Amino acid sequence: MSDFTSGFWSAYVAILTLLGIAGCAVLLWAQAKVKIVIPEGEEAKPTGHSWDDGLTELNNPMPRWWMWLFYITIVFSIAYLVLYPGLGSFKGKLGWESTGEYQAELKKADQEYGPIFDKYQSQDLKTVAADPHARAIGERLFMTYCAQCHGSDARGNKGYPNLTDKDWLYGGEPAVIKATIMKGRNGVMPPMGAALGSDKDVENVAHYVLNLSGATSDPIKVAFGKEKFTSCVACHGPGGQGNPALGAPNLSDKIWLYGGSADTVVETIRKGRNNTMPAFDEFLGEGKVHLLAAYVWGLSNEKALIPER
Amino acid sequence: MSEPAVKVSVVTMYQARQEIYPRDVKGWYANWRWACVWLTQIVFYGLPWMSWNDRQAVLFDLAARKFYLFGIVLWPQDFIYLALLLIICAYALFLFTAVAGRLWCGYACPQTVYTEIFMWIERKIEGSRSARMRLDKQSWSVDKLLRKSSKHLAWGAVALWTGFTFVGYFTPTHTLLREVATVTFGPWEWFWILFYAFATYGNAGWMREQVCKYMCPYARFQSSMFDRDTLTVTYDAQRGEPRGARTRKAAGAAFGSCIDCSMCVQVCPTGIDIRDGLQADCIGCAACIDACDMVMDKIGTPRGLIRYATENAMVQGLGAAEIRRRAFRPRILIYSGILFVIVALCAGSLFMRTPLKMDVIRDRGAMGREVEEGMIENVYRLQIMNTDERQHRFRISVSGIDSIALASPDQVELAATDSRGVPVRVRIGHGKGEKGANKIAFEIVAIDDENLRVKEEAVFIVPR
Repeated sequence: MSDFTSGFWSAYVAILTLLGIAGCAVLLWAQAKVKIVIPEGEEAKPTGHSWDDGLTELNNPMPRWWMWLFYITIVFSIAYLVLYPGLGSFKGKLGWESTGEYQAELKKADQEYGPIFDKYQSQDLKTVAADPHARAIGERLFMTYCAQCHGSDARGNKGYPNLTDKDWLYGGEPAVIKATIMKGRNGVMPPMGAALGSDKDVENVAHYVLNLSGATSDPIKVAFGKEKFTSCVACHGPGGQGNPALGAPNLSDKIWLYGGSADTVVETIRKGRNNTMPAFDEFLGEGKVHLLAAYVWGLSNEKALIPER
Repeated sequence: MSEPAVKVSVVTMYQARQEIYPRDVKGWYANWRWACVWLTQIVFYGLPWMSWNDRQAVLFDLAARKFYLFGIVLWPQDFIYLALLLIICAYALFLFTAVAGRLWCGYACPQTVYTEIFMWIERKIEGSRSARMRLDKQSWSVDKLLRKSSKHLAWGAVALWTGFTFVGYFTPTHTLLREVATVTFGPWEWFWILFYAFATYGNAGWMREQVCKYMCPYARFQSSMFDRDTLTVTYDAQRGEPRGARTRKAAGAAFGSCIDCSMCVQVCPTGIDIRDGLQADCIGCAACIDACDMVMDKIGTPRGLIRYATENAMVQGLGAAEIRRRAFRPRILIYSGILFVIVALCAGSLFMRTPLKMDVIRDRGAMGREVEEGMIENVYRLQIMNTDERQHRFRISVSGIDSIALASPDQVELAATDSRGVPVRVRIGHGKGEKGANKIAFEIVAIDDENLRVKEEAVFIVPR
């Protein structure tokens, strides 16, 4: 987008700036030598300003180096405006822009830290996870980019999976975790309220699901719900054990993404859920994601992290 | 009476600097000034070479944002000490100025100190005042060229060493020296060494009194700290006037003590005549006192025609004892009292502070979650900063609600001067605490040193 809505404002700013500089130069030049009427026998002439006790202001000359500093300042400002953007929409001879500087700094940082990430990237994820230095980097990256949703302790929140347990929506292999971070995930549980029938049906299915995980449930509702559960089998499997290929959660364990109370399960079934894990490949680059994946895998595989002797 | 003749003249509003050739001066105050030069420069040039705990004793590591001062490591959180230091400097300046005028300017200001060093070099190479004046009037000759160029070379060498030393406070000096040997400075090191060297060379070699007269902000407002009992370098006009040259025989009768030898003018580094009274250009270096005392000794008159005296002493004819007594006036006592209190506070807090800091950041993602057996869990990130130069293992504890306990490892190890964000989970039993916010406190204690502890308050949220 252009900085100005029309060329007029660019010219307006540029002309005002140049006039200002020229004005300073003229003033400086004009004031360097002044014609003064001096009564004979006097030297410096008071300006006429005076205060108590006869304190008067004199119009004494300034040091000449000071004048030269002013001239140098004017030359500098003109040179600056030629080289750098500053005159309206004129881009400057050096073609400098803040985006370019940002990119240059980014490139410099990549050059400096790149080798560290490259070294780990060439290693197997499990090896990386066992490296204390790599884990320290991974922990810092996690705190910066992941803790907002998954929590500082990686134990998640409502709707955001706990990463420290053995329960994985898409599979807990290091490569799968890496793929999840790189490309993101889109978990969709369709609203099943209408498909299942009445509110009663939904409640029955909910109780069946609670029963699957061993939670307290109403046996009659469970029995009715079992029939209707056929609508859920396609994704969650006949025993509700889930399907990592689809990211369908295992319903037969005690771990709940949105909560395991009857009310919450009813809500989940009736309205469905939509869950997004953003893709980080372009934002972080593979080097950092590699370290993050190793760190996250290590969170639920502490035993594997003890170095072999 | 006729009208005064009027002439129209063109006045240059900018004036070329008039070279001042201060005469070398020896005496009581000159010795004090040289003592200050030695003291400040031994400290300035020497400090970057001292070691402490396997590192430079004084190092301002801007890149790592850590300031090392012998046993003390300051972090950005300790910025308050910089503010305190500036307040102490300001109050000390007020106090000294109120007591005896521009003491700082005359004896310890870097501008004075470096000018003194540069003038010493100038005297060694170009000779005394009269020799220098002669040399400057001369047309160019091999001798003049040699003297002038060796003077500038010597100045340049001192200036470069000063620039190098200055940068040595920010980049470890030994590394810097290796870089000098191999000429592998970074661009900023190049810039600052050359910039600081150039500033030293320009200010102490060329600008000199112009800095004091036109550039220094302190010169602008120091007069507002003076009062009628402030000691200043003063010419005793009552005793001195009428001045005039005299022969040995005619001494006495018609003249005052001033023989108009102009020594006080010749030694003045800002080129003023102290006999015109106190002026803004006077930096209070007392060179004129030393010069005049020397002359008084020679002509056999008591010293002190030019001396440190106060305005009241001059007007009311007060003696030295009376001047001293008036030094303890309310203004001075208040300045001293405030200065003492701030210095004591600053030193006390600096030595008593714990080299350990902690920030508690509650996870914002969740209000608090319910875990097994109805317990409520909150997650925090403890940003622990071990500002000590030793590695420590810390025990984390939490208090404030009945049954509150950590549900994550309660020990953490931090390397020397390291900082780490440690995620911790805190749990309370079912039904404990109030619904909503509860005040709790985290405390960390070094396992190897019970005194190394810090406590921070936080909030535990029980969902409604």
